[in-house]
Amino acid sequence: MEWTGLFFYLVSFLIASGIYAILCLALNIQWGMGGLFNAGIAGFFAVGAYASAIMTTAPSDKHLGGFGMPVPVGLVAAAVLAGLAGWAVAKICVRLKSDYLAMASIGIAEILRLVIVNAERVTNGSLGIAGIPRPFDGWVQGRAADLLFLGFVWVIVAAAYVVSQRLHDSPWGRTLRAIRDNEAAARAAGKDVERFRLQTFVIGCAIMGVAGGLTAHEFKFLSPAATEPLMVTFLVWVMLMAGGSGNNKGAIAGGLGIWAIWSMTEILTNQLLPPEWITRSSYIRILLIGLLLQFVLQKFRSGLIPEASPPIRFKGD
Amino acid sequence: MIEFINYYLIPALTLGSIYALGAVGISMIFGILRFAHFAHGDLMTVGAYGVLTAVWFVPVHPLLLIPVGAALAIAAALAVDRFFYRPLRQLATIYTVISSFGVALIFRSLAQLLWSSDNQVLVKGVTPPLVLFGTFRIAALHAEAIALTLVIAVALHLFLTRSKTGRSMRAVSDEPELAAVAGIDTEKVIRWTWVIAAALAAIAGVFAGMDTTVHPNLGWNLQLAMFAAAILGGIGKPMGAIAGGFIIGLAEELSTYNWVGDNPLISPSYKTAVGFLIMVALLIFRPQGLFRGRLL
Amino acid sequence: MTALLSVQGLTAGYGGMPIIEGVDLDVEENAVAVIIGPNGAGKSTLLKSIFALTKIAGGTIAMAGRDITGLATAALVPIGISAVPQNRNVFPNLTVAENLDIGTYAAPPRDRARTEANILALFPDLRAKLGQPAGELSGGQRQMVAIGRALMSEPRLLLLDEPTAGLSPAYLEKIFDLILDVRKTGVTILMVEQNARQALRIADRAHVLVNGRNFISGSGAELLANDNVRRSFLGGGEAA
Ligand SMILES: Nc1ncnc2c1ncn2[C@@H]1O[C@H](COP(=O)(O)OP(=O)(O)O)[C@@H](O)[C@H]1O
Ligand SMILES: [Mg+2]
Repeated sequence: MEWTGLFFYLVSFLIASGIYAILCLALNIQWGMGGLFNAGIAGFFAVGAYASAIMTTAPSDKHLGGFGMPVPVGLVAAAVLAGLAGWAVAKICVRLKSDYLAMASIGIAEILRLVIVNAERVTNGSLGIAGIPRPFDGWVQGRAADLLFLGFVWVIVAAAYVVSQRLHDSPWGRTLRAIRDNEAAARAAGKDVERFRLQTFVIGCAIMGVAGGLTAHEFKFLSPAATEPLMVTFLVWVMLMAGGSGNNKGAIAGGLGIWAIWSMTEILTNQLLPPEWITRSSYIRILLIGLLLQFVLQKFRSGLIPEASPPIRFKGD
Repeated sequence: MIEFINYYLIPALTLGSIYALGAVGISMIFGILRFAHFAHGDLMTVGAYGVLTAVWFVPVHPLLLIPVGAALAIAAALAVDRFFYRPLRQLATIYTVISSFGVALIFRSLAQLLWSSDNQVLVKGVTPPLVLFGTFRIAALHAEAIALTLVIAVALHLFLTRSKTGRSMRAVSDEPELAAVAGIDTEKVIRWTWVIAAALAAIAGVFAGMDTTVHPNLGWNLQLAMFAAAILGGIGKPMGAIAGGFIIGLAEELSTYNWVGDNPLISPSYKTAVGFLIMVALLIFRPQGLFRGRLL
Repeated sequence: MTALLSVQGLTAGYGGMPIIEGVDLDVEENAVAVIIGPNGAGKSTLLKSIFALTKIAGGTIAMAGRDITGLATAALVPIGISAVPQNRNVFPNLTVAENLDIGTYAAPPRDRARTEANILALFPDLRAKLGQPAGELSGGQRQMVAIGRALMSEPRLLLLDEPTAGLSPAYLEKIFDLILDVRKTGVTILMVEQNARQALRIADRAHVLVNGRNFISGSGAELLANDNVRRSFLGGGEAA
């Protein structure tokens, strides 16, 4: 591969992994710090993606809007709407035990996705929304724009990291972890457990919405296919588990590392497999990711960069 | 009325049978192993592909080949329990839940690799429907699915209340620590749970595959409705799960009937949302289900 | 005469720090042995350790002269030990008859029908309740179901953890009487009790456990008369 080709492959790799890093940071707030099992990441991601796309595209008769707003406004709208969706879900679900929260969040995420596919007047259904702008669109053209967008994404990664880190170190974050590790004791100490959980869930969902928005701007086109639970919800879980849940650096490392494995295996399978197997290569990669998750769960539970004082959760806690 | 029965009620009961057989396993696994098994739908898929493959070699009626699909699903379930779930048993069960999401993907990607992601049919050609009293037209599959499910429900009830293994299963579901104190071999009970749950999942998968087609997302797409059914029936209450399955199946299908005016009550494209909504509503208002199941 | 159960230097816990340390205990054949002690002393942990439900870090447990340290619970039932835990000791959704039946699975009695008849003779209250879910019974009746279940495997040694906890005084006397009846059928009993005074009255031998260690041992009457025990566990007062 020629050098410029490789360079821009790297750029698009870093854009995608940056967006995954944001998702991992968001999930880390919910699961790593708050112990909340969100299995519906794809739903909040989708809400954010569509919110930002509709806010920023030029007016169209195919879907709601667009409103032609600047990208940052779109991303704020993504955060607000995804946060609101998260608030609604949390309001009814955070008091549920983790298995039930998993079912409820996955169910609500699927309903959201179903609505997106079917509400054609709002989202243009499965045909999707085209012509989604990127920030600084008028300034630079072509591949330089990719570089600029890469910088934009990683500025947001940095911002999400700072926010997460602040939350983690604040009294609020300490209370949150105390609730995660011993709910009864926290309750006995007079903490409003439900409120903390609600806040955690909303903050996490808002950040997931921003990641969704960024994805829409990355591809400049958005259809329901971009909100597949497999690529959004599941991969993010694997990333956070492998990176180190409870640790923000671990979350980013997991996003980068697993995305690197995912992309590299794509190159490998495309080169090594006979042509008639190429179409199946993505299934092999999914299989490998599924197996990798099992390995992480059994032998590598604290992840690449473990939490400072890792929780050990045994039965009956 | 006749139209309602032929085109809505009978298909609804068929869908209910599928949900019921899937939900029984989910409920038993939830009761005995104490975790929500998110690979259960994919266990159905595995069973359906087992029968599909068997049909290629032995072209008889797919229902006769259910043992092949059941055997494949049982082997798959026992293998993932041994290698993926058992190592996590001493940890909080949420890790097993996460593991089961991974297992779901492993099953699905294997199905895609081994059988391709195409839609494949289990029965070629059209079987004429059974005509009862000259007016009721019931597709043979629908009659078979509903009847077989009812027979299985009775057999399962007898097994759970009369046999030593069945009673041990209920005991472990009720009070796992006391069951250990009484000297019950919990691992054996767990193996039996997988055997029964996987066999019933395979049967459900075959019904679903015959009703439409066999494809890698077959079971995953049905799974949330089965969770809804299991919760509705009360976790750890297999008979409740069967009732729950029929109720969810009826609710989904009948919600598209033109109860008021000429239009369907809700658009068929939102049909699956009905099951999810019932599940969410249950989790909020009555997580112990209709029949007072356990709460984790 | 050698002891039926002989515990020596037992140290055990739940993975972290040991909860009981160097505990010695002998239970003679066909005796009623009682363990008393303050809350959190490790009494339940001692019973659980004998029944292989904790992590044993040191010491030995022998049953009728045979070393059984390290055997699994399921292997202890056939050897002739049964246990009734402190709480959650019945299967609430199983009927009384099914609860009793569960007791036979790990060690089938020689003559099932006779064993069950004997147990129902001990607990006639249960006869009318056989078809009812155990969860619907009163606390005292549940205790009977629990003990009945444990007796179905025809144990030589029965471990009881606070069988009178939460029962009304009337029922309390009844359960103690029943325990003596069980002993008459040839079963040896080792029980933990909070109601120390009544328990010591029926005890052939009693042990006081404090902070996970042996504190005092003696016959029931000796401990009832012991000033130290009276002050700490019998609410001060004179010996009755
Ligand atoms: N399952 C367990 N895991 C960890 N610690 C336990 C467990 N059960 C009891 N403990 C601890 O062991 C100590 C003794 O408990 P226990 O044996 O139940 O006391 P007792 O029955 O004398 O009241 C207590 O400090 C208690 O907190
Ligand atoms: Mg105790």
